Amino acid sequence: MPAKKLNLRKRYELLTRGMGWETTYQKMDDVFPYDSFEGIKITDWDKWEDPFRLTMDAYWKFQAEKEKKLYAVIDSFAQNNGQTNLSDASYLSAIKLFITGVTPIEYAAHRGFANLGRHFRGDGARVACQMQAIDELRHQQTQVHTISHYNKHFNGLHDPFYQFDRVWYLSVPKSFAEDAMTAGPFEFITSISFAFEYVLTNLLFVPFMSGAAYNGDMATVTFGFSAQSDESRHMTLGLEIIKFMLEQHEDNLPIVQRWMDKHFWRAYRLLALVAAMQDYMLTNSPMSWKEAWDVYFVENGGALFEDLSRYGLRMPKYHELATAEAEHVSHQVWSVFCSLGNATGFHTFLPTEEKMAWLSEKYPDTFDKYYRPRFEYWAKQKEEGTFEYQKGLPQLCQICQIPMIFTEVQTDPMQISYRVTEHGGDKYHFCSDGCKDIFEHEPEKYVQAWLPVHQIFQGNCGGPTLPEVLEWYKFAPEDSGDYIGSQDHARWQEWKGADKKVKEA
Amino acid sequence: MAVIARDGYVDIVRDKVENFHGNQLVYVGWDDHLLFSAAQAFPLPPEMPYQALVSEVMASVFGDHPEFAQIDWSTVEWVLDGVSFAPDMEKSLKDNGVGHKSLIRFKTPGLTGINGTRL
Repeated sequence: MPAKKLNLRKRYELLTRGMGWETTYQKMDDVFPYDSFEGIKITDWDKWEDPFRLTMDAYWKFQAEKEKKLYAVIDSFAQNNGQTNLSDASYLSAIKLFITGVTPIEYAAHRGFANLGRHFRGDGARVACQMQAIDELRHQQTQVHTISHYNKHFNGLHDPFYQFDRVWYLSVPKSFAEDAMTAGPFEFITSISFAFEYVLTNLLFVPFMSGAAYNGDMATVTFGFSAQSDESRHMTLGLEIIKFMLEQHEDNLPIVQRWMDKHFWRAYRLLALVAAMQDYMLTNSPMSWKEAWDVYFVENGGALFEDLSRYGLRMPKYHELATAEAEHVSHQVWSVFCSLGNATGFHTFLPTEEKMAWLSEKYPDTFDKYYRPRFEYWAKQKEEGTFEYQKGLPQLCQICQIPMIFTEVQTDPMQISYRVTEHGGDKYHFCSDGCKDIFEHEPEKYVQAWLPVHQIFQGNCGGPTLPEVLEWYKFAPEDSGDYIGSQDHARWQEWKGADKKVKEA
Repeated sequence: MAVIARDGYVDIVRDKVENFHGNQLVYVGWDDHLLFSAAQAFPLPPEMPYQALVSEVMASVFGDHPEFAQIDWSTVEWVLDGVSFAPDMEKSLKDNGVGHKSLIRFKTPGLTGINGTRL
């Protein structure tokens, strides 16, 4: 008689819980040494519920199907010269920032979850983390494979992982990922799965993928789709782990709340790069950063925290400031990139008249008043041939590592927000109270920050001059500077010119 | 508060002054001139005269702003690490109290940035 087919729950139990055991000749605490020192109290790991009940065999099957579809699309994109259907080659600056700044975070997340997949004591949580570790590796790979097509035709895409460890603005995502990876397992999963994936990931993926669709980048849209079902699983894991920690012991609440406050702010600061990408780097923007913030954080995030309030968890600290800043950050970040455009691995460009009209409409209270004047002034200088990139190096925030460009948006948006504290006789500078609080809670951790500007001055980045530093970054001269007049631009013009002639004929 | 760690914690102060080859870090920000998106960082010898900071170091970066040449230095308002101060131009940075990772801010009354926009 054939064996009866097992139901989903039973299969799940056998393939997760059934895979673990209570050790006998070694102490469980020695086998799982890292899941208690953070102070999180777990009384019963069996209370862990994986809402997807996904087992490894089903996981392989789903993922293989998605891979097949994705690689078929990538092949046809390459064969049909899909890159010629982009809205404009300047759009690729966003892709360059993505492959150098976001894809390596996927890899970092892979490493982090692989670690958790070994070190969580609960079998259910361990299996979920193992699957997410493989997901993150897959995302990194599919992004590299998809974007490598553009590397055949455009500059600045040749060495993202090498650059991630060195370049001044890439230290922002790098320090974010490494902050989580060097914490204990519960803090890591709160940071990546909850603060980043649950609360904020929609702000990255939805606008970025619909941005790709708006700009004819079907390759990126496809990897986005391929990653989306994984992302929803990751979000569910993020919510589950938070509820699990809060249900296990009341002492966990203040620890989780503090991590929430910290990693919300860390992730939010990182997303300032995405804000600039969304409002300025996309030729056609599907929605503004402010609109995305209102939908995905204010509305959805607000509802989430209302739901979590029954556990005693409140909204992350300084969320009001983040909402007030939503009218400013994209302009501030793009301004700094434009003024240091000779030191970026992607091309910068001033907003066109059309783009500025769109920005005025989307940011009626801030764009014309605070930001349009600088872009118009630089445009005039460029016309007259007097424009100069900024010659100095900016002061950086000790925590988020972004140049200290953020301003007192609630009182005086033209006044830089300066914060400082002392530790061990040295001064440490911050862009915000959020970053300062993070430092003051664990100063020993952040005095070690590898701040790119300071490293250049210490002589650790190839030499004291800009060309030496850029060479050390492996930026070629043709990777940086204005889009107009670049090799990318010339190539694009050539294609579009040829295209026009064919159409005319 | 301190880091909670399993095996103790060794902190490495990455930016201690000894790592800057005899220099110290100094940050200088020009208030109401946001064409420079952030304060600027410089590695400078502590013995450098304050005058050299102004006429060489600051001029090398801020000099690209059309208003820099118009500054009447006798009216400039200086703030060192959050406190108003009157630097002695002949004395060194150190003797003026400018330490490692000090932030100097300066305001230039009457100069309100490009077309009065605080840029």
